[in-house]
Parts: sequence; structure tokens; C-alpha cells
Amino acid sequence: MTKTADVLAFERNVTKALDDGQLRRNLRSAMTTLSQRRRALFADVEAFEKLRTQGQSIRRRALSRLPELLEQLEARCTANGIQVHWAETTAEANAICLDIIRRHGAQRVIKGKSMVSEEMHLNHFLEEQGIEALETDLGEYIIQLDGETPSHIIVPAIHKNKDQIAHLFHDRIPDAPYTEVVEELNAIARQELREKFRAGEVGVSGVNFAVAETGTLCLVENEGNGRMCTTAPPVHIALMGLEKVVEKLQDVPPLLRLLTGSATGQPITTYFNMITAPRRPGELDGPREVHLVILDNGRSSIYGDPERRATLQCIRCGACLNHCPIYTRLGGHAYGHVYPGPIGSILTPQLEGLDEAGVMASASTFCGACEEVCPVKIPFTEILRMLRNEAYARGESEHDVKGHGYRYTTVEALSWKSWALYNTSPGLARIGSQILGKLGQHLPMIGPLKEWTRTRIPPPFAPKSLHQLAQERGLDDDR
Amino acid sequence: MTANARANILSRLRATTTQGSFAVPDAPVIAGLALSLEERIDRLRRMLETMHAEVQVVSSSAWLGALKARLRARGLNGLLYGAETPLGAALEAAWEDDLPPLVPYSESVEQCREQLFHIDAGITTTRGAIAENGALILWPSAAEPRLMSLTPGLHIAVLEAGMIFNTFAEAIDQQAWLQEGMPTNALLISGPSKTADIELTLTFGVHGPKELVVFILT
Repeated sequence: MTKTADVLAFERNVTKALDDGQLRRNLRSAMTTLSQRRRALFADVEAFEKLRTQGQSIRRRALSRLPELLEQLEARCTANGIQVHWAETTAEANAICLDIIRRHGAQRVIKGKSMVSEEMHLNHFLEEQGIEALETDLGEYIIQLDGETPSHIIVPAIHKNKDQIAHLFHDRIPDAPYTEVVEELNAIARQELREKFRAGEVGVSGVNFAVAETGTLCLVENEGNGRMCTTAPPVHIALMGLEKVVEKLQDVPPLLRLLTGSATGQPITTYFNMITAPRRPGELDGPREVHLVILDNGRSSIYGDPERRATLQCIRCGACLNHCPIYTRLGGHAYGHVYPGPIGSILTPQLEGLDEAGVMASASTFCGACEEVCPVKIPFTEILRMLRNEAYARGESEHDVKGHGYRYTTVEALSWKSWALYNTSPGLARIGSQILGKLGQHLPMIGPLKEWTRTRIPPPFAPKSLHQLAQERGLDDDR
Repeated sequence: MTANARANILSRLRATTTQGSFAVPDAPVIAGLALSLEERIDRLRRMLETMHAEVQVVSSSAWLGALKARLRARGLNGLLYGAETPLGAALEAAWEDDLPPLVPYSESVEQCREQLFHIDAGITTTRGAIAENGALILWPSAAEPRLMSLTPGLHIAVLEAGMIFNTFAEAIDQQAWLQEGMPTNALLISGPSKTADIELTLTFGVHGPKELVVFILT
């Protein structure tokens, strides 16, 4: 995508989202509820601050030893009987999954919710290979029925209301009656999916935390579909981004508390599922094969820069989305990429390149709400600012973000050079400010000025500069 | 392909491209809950009930009677249980004809998949519970397989009151999870399955059990 196309596509999405009254109402109600629930759970501010410092410390400790911990995780998992695969790109990860699925002659996989699988576009890839990938999380099931992608990383169908879902179920599920009763919609989905769980050949899931010291894969969920996908089929494939590893089992309780509390205001989810091995001799159920796919897809380059590395602290709770003045008005689809909201704005340009997704870093007011609620204290605004700078950094850049310098233009670079010259040459500045004081009101509104004044009233230039005023009061230049 | 990927990824992670440090802040010491047994029972009960589990605190001598009273007249097609556990033996000894038939989980899932997905109820032991966030700890085993607490619409869990810990961290520590070695699958369960994916409306009974009944034995 060229930079103009990228910017224009985003602007079009923004306008479309803002004009969609139904979307705005659905989002407002949901985001208000989620943030209120979170606030109620973490009502003791002092205790919460301690807890999140603990979360930050755990995540940063893990990242500071990431290569060792990944090796330890691999060794423990292997010893437990879990087969570990490494993928540099999403294409490699998809190929690994396909190979496992083909080896078992499976026609269909059942999926628990996984953002990494979205990042891989796994469903689309498998469909092209003639394999059905069925989403089983209710929210994911809803959007899959409608051919959509998640608009939120925790509540993927939050942009839809129950009337829209009622129509969707009635239209797309054979024999489904029309109902707007949430319990009944839920029962329809339960019935539809139950048979699929029974007959499931391969289950696919994400990973919330991978514990290096024990080789344990932890999964957080409420519906039981995650347990179904990881227990009922003979094969389980778990997908994780390489940053998901934690050092110790005792690191899990605080992170779990922070994750469920920040995401939905729950003290814990219905199920916390810790998987350490495939079915052991004598056991009667559980998959006979468990595979862990560790995906890089640009994460190792983020890791290389200590300032950017904080991006990888994320535990994907979605609190930054729920509190973002931009996300709560646009929803996730306007961002045009898998990860929306503040985390998407800092992660996606680094994964895909600034030239692909750099515009996402502009989707911020710098209000810092994301930073205030983040359970692991990711310095969002610092990273956003760095990404905006990198967008203009031609040639070698300090942080070497993929696609940096894509917004560099000679005109803009010259303008800033002139600005610097103007401000460092007293004579030039004096003459310039006198001219602007007299003629500033009549500047032609073209180019960037036209763009800037599209939504702003241009401030009048003062007839005299501060320097002039100071001189008139008898102040000396050197004091 | 994978062998190269592994080496490439690890070598990239080991090569930091720029100067700078990545500080790890000290983790503050957080005092966990320290409740009495009574308080732990009470808190666990309250939290489980908030999540729509039914909780009955009952003496070890009276609990089987309470279970039978609950199951009688419900017209369930069977109660899945583990025959090789002390709980299984107690059920067999106490069972009566007017109760849903006891169905042992004794064959591998490949042999009894149909039955597992159609039976109405299952009963399991628990390894303990966590008062702080209101969750049961289950370590499924060969004697009590994983699907027992998942496929039946009604899951009945039996918990010894003395095994209720203050926090998750305390349970890991005092039950020596690390020293003992992690089981194939360990679970925390805090209620019947639920979802809020449609307009954040909380609804119970999705893909897992629709009902969770917990007997806390004192």
C-alpha cells in the first residue's frame, strides 16, 4: 500500500465508522460497561498500583531473559511430550499447522479464540487448502458467520447488537428460529457447536501464558469451548507469539488476576486451563498429540531495541481499547488491521512496517488513558511518539522500525530546516516576525495550511513579537 | 524449515541492535489474604454463588444424603463418576434405585464419546479451592478424566473444606505443584460455563456445564 492510499483508507474508515450511529451506540454502551466493571474490581487504587508494578516486573523479567526462557520452555515441553515448532513468519506457521492437519487426514479443525491465528489469517489459509476452520467462541462464531474479522481482541463481536445477531442466526443457521432473546441465541450456538466438538478432529487454540519452568500452556476462557478444543479432539495445536513466555509458575497468579480484571472486571474467568502434556499412558481422554507453534513474525526485531521491547510486555487484556477515546468511537474495524486500539497502534506498525500500517500511530490523542490502565505499564505514548518520528526518519534511523522514513518528503524536510535557520538567526527572525505581524492575516490557505485549518480556526498573528515587546520595556537581549 | 527458524529466531533475539537498557523494576511485596477457615469457606461460597454455582456446606457424614436429595426427582439420564476413587466407592455403597444410574468413566474417550456427550451429569473430586477469587482446583487423572467436568450439563464437585486456600499462589506453594510435577491438565473452575459475547449480557451454560453444584464438606 502506498502511503497516501494507507492514509486515505484510514480516513475513509474513520468517516464511515463515525457516521454509523448503530455502531457508535453499541460501542458506547459496551465500552462504558467494561471500564466500569474493571474500575469496580480494582477499586483499591493503591493495591492495584502494587499489583500492576508486580505485573510489569514479571513481564520485563521474562523479556530480559527471553531467548533462555524460550529454550527452557522448549526443553520442558519436549520432555513432557509436547512437540514444539518454530515459525519465523505467519506463512511458516500456517504451513506447520497444515502439515499436522494433513498428517491426520483431518477435514475440519475446531478453534478456540486466538489472536495469533487471526494474525496468521489461518482460517482463510486453511479454507484455500480445502479445510474448514470453525470458530467456537461465541463472539468469534458470530463474526465468522457474517464473514467478518474481530473488532475487539477480547469481545470480538462487540460491534453487533442482539437484533443484528438475531437476523444473522436466522439467515445463516439452518432451521434457526428468529429470536432476540440472548439466552436463546446462546442455546442455538451451543446446539450447533456441540456436534462439532464431539466430532472434532484437530483442535486449535492460543496461549495466554507459557510457563518456562514447567512447560505448561495456560488458557483463559469462560465458555468451555477452549477446554473442548484442547481436550476432545485427538490432536491439539497451540499457537503463541514468542513473547508469551513467563519464567515461573508463581508468575502466573498475579498476571491472571491482572488479565481477567483488566479485560472484563472478573476476579477470575470460569476456566483457567493449564496444559502440560498430551494424554499420558493410562489416561482415558485428552489429545494424543499436542503441538506448540512459537511464532516470531517481526517480534524478534521489536525485541532487538530496548525501547521498543516494552511493546512485548502486553498480555492482551484489551483495557487500552476500552479506555481509548479513539477506539471507543471507531471500533476495531476502522483500524484496518488485526490488532486495533492503542496496542494495535504500537504493535502493528512494528510487525507490518510503518509503510504498511504507520497511519495507526496517528490514531491517538496522546491523552495517555491506555498507559494509565495498562496492567503491565506499557509506555504507550513514548512508543507512539517514537513511531511517528521513525515515519520521517530517512536513511539510518535510531530505532530501525521496518518501513521507517516512509513519510519523509523533501519539502517537509526543507521547511523544518528553514524553520531552524529562521529561529537561530536573530536578524532573520526579527524581519520575519515583523512581516508576519503585518501580513500574517492574509496568508493564502493552501497546502498544509489548508489541511490544518480545515477543522481549526487560524489564530491571529500578534502585531509585535515577544522580543519587540520585551525591548520596548527596556529589557536587555542578554538578560 | 523449523530447525532454521529456531536458530534464526534465537540468534535475532540474542543480537540487540541498539544501545540502551531494559530495566526490570523490583516487584513489591503484596500481602495475600490470611483468612480463618470459616472466612475462607464463606468467601469461597459467596464468590461461587455470584458466578451462579450452587454451593452446599455440609458435614462429611450428611453430604451423600444431601446429594441424593438433590438428584432424586430430577430425571437425569445418568451420573458419570470415577469408579476407582474413594468418592466412587462411597457413591456405589450409598446408591439407590430411584436415583440416576451411576455410569463409570472407565473406557478411553474413543470408545465412549457418544455417551460422554449425552450424559446429563458428572461428579468429581477436587484438589482444593481458592478463596480469593472463588475457584475450585481440579487435577483430572486416569481415575477422573478431563471430560467428566466438561461434557455433562450438570457438574457436581466435592470439596474438603480444609483444602480451601487463601490464594492461588498459596495453593501452588502449599500443595507443592512444582515438586510434585504438573499433571497433564490442571484446572481452575469458578462456575458453570458462561458468555457475555452478545451485548455483554451475561448468560450461563454455553459449551461447558450449564450448572455447577459444589458440596463443601466440613
